[in-house]
Amino acid sequence: MVNTIKSYKKTFSILVIALVVIGLLNISLGSVHIPLKQIITALFNGEVEKESWKAIVLNYRLPKAITAIIVGSGLSISGLLMQTLFRNPLAGPFVLGISSGASLGVAILILGASFLGANITSYAFTNWGLALAASFGAFIVLSAVMLAALKIRNTMSILIIGLMFGSLTSAVISILAYFSTANQLQQYMFWSFGSLGNLGWKEITALFITFLIGILLVTFIVKPLNSLLLGENYAKSMGVNVKLTRNITLIATSLLTGVITAFSGPIAFIGLAVPHITKLLFNTSNHKTLIPAVAISGAIIMLICDSIAQLPTSEFTLPINAITSLFGAPIIIWLLVRKRKIYY
Amino acid sequence: MKQPNNYIINTKNLSIGYASKKQTKTIAAQLNIELEVGKMVCLLGQNGIGKSTLLRTLTKVQPALEGEIFIDKTKLETFTNIALAKTLSVVLTERLPDSSLTVFELVALGRQPFTNWIGYLTNEDMEIILDAFEKTNTKHLMNAKYYELSDGQLQRVLIARALAQNTPIIVLDEPTAHLDLHHTINTFSLLKKLASEFNKTIIISTHEINLALQLADELWLMSPSKFISGTTSALIENNELSALFKSKHLTFNKKLKQFTINQ
Repeated sequence: MVNTIKSYKKTFSILVIALVVIGLLNISLGSVHIPLKQIITALFNGEVEKESWKAIVLNYRLPKAITAIIVGSGLSISGLLMQTLFRNPLAGPFVLGISSGASLGVAILILGASFLGANITSYAFTNWGLALAASFGAFIVLSAVMLAALKIRNTMSILIIGLMFGSLTSAVISILAYFSTANQLQQYMFWSFGSLGNLGWKEITALFITFLIGILLVTFIVKPLNSLLLGENYAKSMGVNVKLTRNITLIATSLLTGVITAFSGPIAFIGLAVPHITKLLFNTSNHKTLIPAVAISGAIIMLICDSIAQLPTSEFTLPINAITSLFGAPIIIWLLVRKRKIYY
Repeated sequence: MKQPNNYIINTKNLSIGYASKKQTKTIAAQLNIELEVGKMVCLLGQNGIGKSTLLRTLTKVQPALEGEIFIDKTKLETFTNIALAKTLSVVLTERLPDSSLTVFELVALGRQPFTNWIGYLTNEDMEIILDAFEKTNTKHLMNAKYYELSDGQLQRVLIARALAQNTPIIVLDEPTAHLDLHHTINTFSLLKKLASEFNKTIIISTHEINLALQLADELWLMSPSKFISGTTSALIENNELSALFKSKHLTFNKKLKQFTINQ
């Protein structure tokens, strides 16, 4: 009743154990079969039977699992923040136009390249090139939305402005796509499918540091976010600086979502679905409980999605975006049919 | 700036209304309010007369057009958000947004101005919260979700939240708008008890004129022509209530202390 964290101790312990188990499972799955014991030895830098196994685990599978954890947690927390701020169950991490901005940046780089006469195999199309283009695009659209947000009192209007920017950018992308070659279109499509692999340790470090900064910002707004559950007027009457809280929330969300999208593409559904699943699981609106719960659940669900996407024992990898939606949408529908209503 | 008197709320030539770059719309002018601690005041007036505007101005949600407001002898403009939250709490008419807050969590939110950065509840906070439940007789509802409550229960819980904020002044905007007669009387007697026994200063905007006449220590009457404040008995004596409604269907009956319909 009083110490919310304590009363959910059991659920939290189960979640943490699930995270560790699914994390190990995720690392042990892949086109090359490696025994679990060897994987654990490799993780602790011990002697492994085959040198190639160690390389696969440490240079490919572990980075991918860490990416999945950061992406899942970051997007889910952002989604929760947006749902509380806009008091809207349909809000997700991308309502501020971040994914459309990032898509526009990448679209201009890939699809617009022909206008500049650039070669599609050049340096610009590496991970960092795409990440830079995505960050730049996200930054431009986000700044426009934030500038509008500073002038606007009504929080709902920000939501609509974000959606409008989304429509604008997709229109520009359509025009670019119309004039580009099949080859370019395919590469753009691949980016928009989302991807957790291909990140080296340098990129993961950048991702992780931004994640930590985002989380740090979020801890400072836990208390005002709880007051906002009673509406802006009550929050104000309890001494909360609503505008400051709103701006910190927007900055934390854009940091988390922006950097994640830059490195892994616009990953759909997680940010929208995980907060709902967690709220149903924990049956609470208290952010002191919800934020850690959403972070762990997000990581678990992302790891599961990634494990499915690898199609264990086969050499194919499915687009992660398709899996997150295929996996998540039925869960939400099932939970809603069972419980009938989610209270935010 | 200190004022040499005992008024907890005191206004001088206050004008309220809305100002924009283009024009100023004055809702009421020359408001001189003098209110002592521990009184229950009812703010009466017809729809659209500016009751909410007055309450919004007194609670610093919107600025005054002219004049001065003193809360506890201190100028209202000089209050910080937190200092004001420790002096004045509100119960609003608006519907609460959907959430799965429990009644306990909702009332505990009243401690927000006093808790640390993460909102940790100390033993003292817990005592004040439990006391708020005790005073409003809502202890049995503590573990329910607030959306499970009836309108009458929710109103008591919202008053408990204001009590948990532990402020000398509580301002309520039409607290009985959705309630039946039984719950309306319950709410009013609760508020009266908070004023007389626990020395809270209670300001209520309401349309429950008959109840206000029976229970309020003081009345603030808003009519298109003027604003009058005074003790209930004095206002009745001077026949000031008849100015409240400019209608040929209603007259104020001094003897019965209520409005009667002209047949």
